[in-house]
Amino acid sequence: MSRPAPARQWQRLTPVQRIVRSMLAIIGVTALVWSFKTIEIIPEFLYDAPEQAADLFVRMWPFDWAFYPKAVHAALIETFHIATLGTLLALVLAMPLAFLSARNITRSPVLNWLAQVLFVSSRSVNSLIWALLFVAIFGPGALAGVMSIAFRSIGFIGKLFGEALEEAQKGPVDALVATGAPHAVVLAKGIWPQVEPSFWSVALLRWDINIRESAVLGLVGAGGIGVALDNALSNLYWDQVGLIMAVIFVVVIIVEMITTGIRARLI
Amino acid sequence: MNGPALPSRPAAFPANWPVRIAYAGLLVYTLYVCSILDVSLARLISGLDHAAKLFGRMFPPNSAPDKLSLIADGMIESIQIAVLSTFLGTLLSLPLGLAAARNLVPLWLASAARMVIAVCRSFHPIIISILFVKAVGFGALAGMLALVISSMGFVSKLFAEILEEISLKQIEAIRATGASFTNVLIFAVVPQVIGRFIGLSVYQFDSNLRNSTMVGIVGGGGIGAALFTAYQRFDYDVVLTILLIIIALIILCEVASSRIRLVTQ
Repeated sequence: MSRPAPARQWQRLTPVQRIVRSMLAIIGVTALVWSFKTIEIIPEFLYDAPEQAADLFVRMWPFDWAFYPKAVHAALIETFHIATLGTLLALVLAMPLAFLSARNITRSPVLNWLAQVLFVSSRSVNSLIWALLFVAIFGPGALAGVMSIAFRSIGFIGKLFGEALEEAQKGPVDALVATGAPHAVVLAKGIWPQVEPSFWSVALLRWDINIRESAVLGLVGAGGIGVALDNALSNLYWDQVGLIMAVIFVVVIIVEMITTGIRARLI
Repeated sequence: MNGPALPSRPAAFPANWPVRIAYAGLLVYTLYVCSILDVSLARLISGLDHAAKLFGRMFPPNSAPDKLSLIADGMIESIQIAVLSTFLGTLLSLPLGLAAARNLVPLWLASAARMVIAVCRSFHPIIISILFVKAVGFGALAGMLALVISSMGFVSKLFAEILEEISLKQIEAIRATGASFTNVLIFAVVPQVIGRFIGLSVYQFDSNLRNSTMVGIVGGGGIGAALFTAYQRFDYDVVLTILLIIIALIILCEVASSRIRLVTQ
């Protein structure tokens, strides 16, 4: 009579996985406790925060509607153009870099890596910080805004488009190579049609983000509705601030509805 | 030997006129916008001259000990802001995301929650920071609260989408045992979404760290304040030091967070 085999115990995680997870949890909790204990918060400011916030909204309402035709409309159009032109420039700059970063197209680890470094640097520097640099270079105005939107977007578009390129099927490429097509034709007719929907989808996604971002560039002098916002803020015209915020809200919602509609049809 | 003319074969890649017209339209738009925004080659070229001067003054990056200790303080505050805003933002996103999941709650509640999320998402963190600086004064608290709001906008929206994709079978099974709504949540919903939620939080930490370097420009605490001061005083070598440190920290964090997301999924 054989003894029954000992019941095997089922475990979801290996011991190593469990240790890694506990370590991550401990690190997270430690960071949290340390931040809570050491962050500098001036409690005196907190006592009247509710009154201050209420005061803010009282001063915002009713909006200064007369301000819209005077200064907001033109600035809004400018913001729209800054975001769009910046996105287009970013597309032009990011496309060759994305081809460089895709390992199945550019077979040179050094170039792949170089493109990746450029993407990460572009994404690490915030749009407002890019704007500071470009205002120093081109002076205040829309040009600095366009450049900062473009440079901030290169990393985002390049990374996502590069990933789409790496997922492209090899079949059409091989077929074209077999016909003796030159390299440029292989890219244009073998790879591009496969990635075109994701390219435009990424472009629209970034355009949507850029509309939001370009609304604040004016705070450091890079043109658009942010300039009007900055003026209203420094003059403490809260009814104008409220109007500008409402306008930004409406535009952002409309743009988001448009882009999600188009993207749903693209993919 | 000339046989009868072959019927002309269609081109392998026929011209796609709608697409060509769309590209032409984009080109015309670009030229038009360049003209009204005063973007011209002359300005770009004169800008290159300024850029050369700017980079000349940036190099070498300033590494004086007193500046470095100032930068370290600012960076630490930025990290604190990112940690706290991610924690509070994702914590508040749990109920908000749940309230916006149309398959779990009544429609009126979902619509109301979606409105709140839309408001949180529409404003750039900088604009929210400005309001909080007015409400709670200068300092890290204002920046942190602003990032809490923007985290709520992003995390609850995606969390609601994750919740809407869950399988209803587990929910039915738990409900069949007579479990309360809370128990259904704990035993049927949470196990299905916890991994992706943690991934989302880690991603949001990444994003908050980037934004926490910026809120200081409008008085919200963190390294942005030091950066903006250095910029206004034309200490471009300090600006470069700060930028390099920010980039290094964010690359580090991005590598770490992609590893963590692999572990949790």
